[in-house]
Amino acid sequence: MTAAGQPVAPRTDERLLRTSPLRKLLGRPELGSVVGAVAVFLFFAIFADSFLQASSLGTVLYAASTIGIMAAPVALLMIGGEFDLSAGVMVTSSALISSMFSYQMTANVWVGVFVSLLVTLGFGAFNGFMLTRTKLPSFIITLGTFLMLTGLNLGFTKLISGTVSTKAIGDMEGFESARKVFASYLTIGEVELKVTILWWAALVAIATWILIRTRFGNWIFAVGGEADAARAVGVPVIRTRIGLYLGVAFAAWVSGQHLLFSYDVVQSGEGVGNELIYIIAAVIGGCLITGGYGSAIGSAVGAIIFGMTSKGIVYAEWNPDWFKFFLGAMLLLATLLNAWVRKRAEATK
Amino acid sequence: MTATQAPAPRDPAGAALVELDGVSKYYGNIKALEDVSLEVHAGEISCVLGDNGAGKSTLIKIIAGLHRHDAGTFLIEGEETTLANPRDALDRGIATVYQDLAVVPLMPVWRNFFLGSEPTKGSGPFRRLDVRQMRETTRAELLRMGIDLRDVDQPIGTLSGGERQCVAIARAVYFGAKVLVLDEPTAALGVKQSGVVLKYVAAARDAGLGVVLITHNPHHAYLVGDRFVLLKRGAMSGSHTKDDVTLDELTRQMAGGSELEELSHELERAPAPGHLGGRPAGDDTP
Repeated sequence: MTAAGQPVAPRTDERLLRTSPLRKLLGRPELGSVVGAVAVFLFFAIFADSFLQASSLGTVLYAASTIGIMAAPVALLMIGGEFDLSAGVMVTSSALISSMFSYQMTANVWVGVFVSLLVTLGFGAFNGFMLTRTKLPSFIITLGTFLMLTGLNLGFTKLISGTVSTKAIGDMEGFESARKVFASYLTIGEVELKVTILWWAALVAIATWILIRTRFGNWIFAVGGEADAARAVGVPVIRTRIGLYLGVAFAAWVSGQHLLFSYDVVQSGEGVGNELIYIIAAVIGGCLITGGYGSAIGSAVGAIIFGMTSKGIVYAEWNPDWFKFFLGAMLLLATLLNAWVRKRAEATK
Repeated sequence: MTATQAPAPRDPAGAALVELDGVSKYYGNIKALEDVSLEVHAGEISCVLGDNGAGKSTLIKIIAGLHRHDAGTFLIEGEETTLANPRDALDRGIATVYQDLAVVPLMPVWRNFFLGSEPTKGSGPFRRLDVRQMRETTRAELLRMGIDLRDVDQPIGTLSGGERQCVAIARAVYFGAKVLVLDEPTAALGVKQSGVVLKYVAAARDAGLGVVLITHNPHHAYLVGDRFVLLKRGAMSGSHTKDDVTLDELTRQMAGGSELEELSHELERAPAPGHLGGRPAGDDTP
């Protein structure tokens, strides 16, 4: 009769520490990235003369937005516990499909744009289905998709247009209106703001809303944190994962259309390597590489750090080779901070 | 492969909430479970006892909808059933609290409490979690269980093992479970924490739920149990009600009964095997 004695029901658990506001702040996933962003800002404000000029703001935000548009859904995917190594080249694929379909098949670029949306979502669905069907690590599956898309991009473009870039579609019907949607800009005073900043802000807002205020968001955290537990309480794990890959594909479509309509031709070899930058932005923004924790706003701060660093180095007139070093150092610091946060959160496990 | 469509006759007086009759489960050529029968009635606790590898986990997984049984009948309120998935089990009022799988450690308590069954308000794209209700309900339900959390936002991983079990039990009770399946709720707990958990198991029973308590601790089982099923190597080695078995008898059967006697015999008499040191003490050169 071991436990028979006196079952004790404590009214309060005296072993729980009361949480101070500081401790709460330390528990935010974005903390590391915000500290980093302030440090990077101060650094370039001191060392790069033109960094603080108003016109630089537009340039930095534009650089941040091209990464941030992808980093937001990639962050959600990582919170859901998965990777997408094909995200970088998928952007190029999406642009190529749009351009080539429009050029070869129709007179109006909008047709190509929508065909591209469907096909790109198809890539996302492929990643999601392969992952949930085969139960192989997403690292392997999307590495495969990454290589296949890289090959298809080059192969198809050479097959159809004979060179590594697409034909110019600038004179086609619908090009101007499509350019307005995906690649226009607005000048306020000296500041030139690209429309991608709007897309970025909208995607981060939607991603944040989904993450913290919807059932799907709750499932994302659960699937990434403890998929078996999630499944056991009735969370549709497979649907959640496929939905996350579709989100990445949608953002790849937006980025791809921006790529196409800002220049009107697409280089088929572009995009390789960007998938890691999206992941870095998400990780700097507080996403755990193992899933279950992170934020979309953090990914935006990560993207801003990326924008400030890449442009700040130019403004400081340094060799751009230093950029990678900065990015790597930021990644390490952010990951260390995140690991510490997680350890604290799971302290008594 | 869902439930049979024929309207099954209901017998409110005597029908068990869940009844397994001669249920078997095979993984390839391995008999994980063979010919096991179990009844769960409202307001009663049915204990499943067994050592490691006895088939307890397999049994749970069948009742929880994670696996399908290969033979025998599985009746829920008198209706023959094959559960498609855990959601299906939950919809039929069977809630399972797993030893390790109960919660997502990094998520706040309130998100864990409602995971998979989140209440929402608003409609269309503005359909959102009813966060206020989720927090308040979590706090209130846990308070009823005697856990007074100041901050339902803390990651559930920061709670103690017993508290996490209680959260999981409170969650099942709140969501209107008729049958509560508990997988070794006291296995990793200290004596006091075990007492707390057993008290809530009894409270759930008193609230009219049927409880399946899986354990390898006959003392815990006998404290609260009404029926006892003993599993050994995937087969049923005994089935008792509280009236026809004593704690000593249960403990003896659980520990292996005659096998245990044989073991003690061997331990006393057997000469030490050579490779384990059938040599004089001190001589441990390789």
